[in-house]
Amino acid sequence: MSAEQQTRSDQQTRSEILAKGALAVGSIYGATMVGPYVRRALAMSGSSDIDILNFALTLEYLEAKFYEEAKTRAKPSGELKSLVDLIASDEQQHVEALTATVKKLGGKPVMAPKFKFDYSGTGGFLKLAQTFEDTGVSAYNGAGPMIKSKEVLAAAGGIVQVEARHAAAIRLQNKEEPAPAAFDSPLAEKQVLKAVEPFIV
Amino acid sequence: MDVTRRKLLAVGGGSTAAAAFLAACGDDSGTTTATMDSMGSGGASETAEFGKGDIGILNYALTLEYLETAFYADVVKSGLFKGPELETIRQFGREEAEHVQALTAAVKQLGGKPAPEPKAKFPLESAKSVLELAGTVENLGAAAYLGQAANIKSPEVLASALAIHSVEGRHAAVLNTLLGEPITPDGAFAKPADVKTVLKSVEPFLVG
Repeated sequence: MSAEQQTRSDQQTRSEILAKGALAVGSIYGATMVGPYVRRALAMSGSSDIDILNFALTLEYLEAKFYEEAKTRAKPSGELKSLVDLIASDEQQHVEALTATVKKLGGKPVMAPKFKFDYSGTGGFLKLAQTFEDTGVSAYNGAGPMIKSKEVLAAAGGIVQVEARHAAAIRLQNKEEPAPAAFDSPLAEKQVLKAVEPFIV
Repeated sequence: MDVTRRKLLAVGGGSTAAAAFLAACGDDSGTTTATMDSMGSGGASETAEFGKGDIGILNYALTLEYLETAFYADVVKSGLFKGPELETIRQFGREEAEHVQALTAAVKQLGGKPAPEPKAKFPLESAKSVLELAGTVENLGAAAYLGQAANIKSPEVLASALAIHSVEGRHAAVLNTLLGEPITPDGAFAKPADVKTVLKSVEPFLVG
């Protein structure tokens, strides 16, 4: 690991990142994607790794609580029951890992907010689960390029891939396309928080 | 095509990174400069034989995406699948082809030379064996991206690689589901794969 790579984000000013990012991402996603990407990058670029980890921790708290509660409330059976148990366990492990990482970096892990999930039945649960998993994937993908430490980035990558796998499995349960696009576009922290705010009491 | 195969074999076959550098220098004048630069700076990155720095990583990913695209195209043609499974395979194939386009564009954007499409042949015996191979390929592909994420220097390239990485993860989960295998075989934290492991796994499908 080189110092150069460790400070990947520090080396460039925000405007440099934005200007070059607009070009590179424009070539990849098409010109229409450039505007949203610039806004996303802008929203994240002031964050420290501890900030980003705490942001991810908040999302994982939400998911962990959601699936833990769903074990009884969503009345899953058969294959879906196994899936809910699996995802609940994965999300809880993400909470623990992120908490430990924040502490390791000398930060203070955020407290779990109080959540209230408004849904009824298995169908309502699955619909909300799809939103949470897809949002989670895009949230990590948006935060990834702003992470400074290589170790933190690798760990976040290991988590986001699992979120993507959850998203695909939940989508299959919903009879939706499991991988609806060739690229999971990034979301900025603000957009993510807006999406999850209605569930925070 | 020959060149790519030899390069893949050199690395996948267990030779050292240095030997792969030399093989690359001798085989393909197009990549000599980048390789020499890498050697000069003392950085023995895993993907150096595909190019320098982020270009090497993108070309490594491009090579894998070419293989995935060719695989799905062959599977569609094989007639082994119909109905929803065929639709899934078509969809995944289209997405891999989009990854090829995006990575090619990104390599050019960075001033690099896109890796050539490798020649490949896949065993297509039965629907079951094909699904198993698809599962192996997708899980490996996701692990390959994960293995490189932290090596990427440019935030823009990283953003693009992450956007592809999670889609490979989705594909892998679908195939694992079809195969009746766990959607998260590594547990709550997906494990990365290094370049050598990945290239060794795809080596049997390369023809040259």
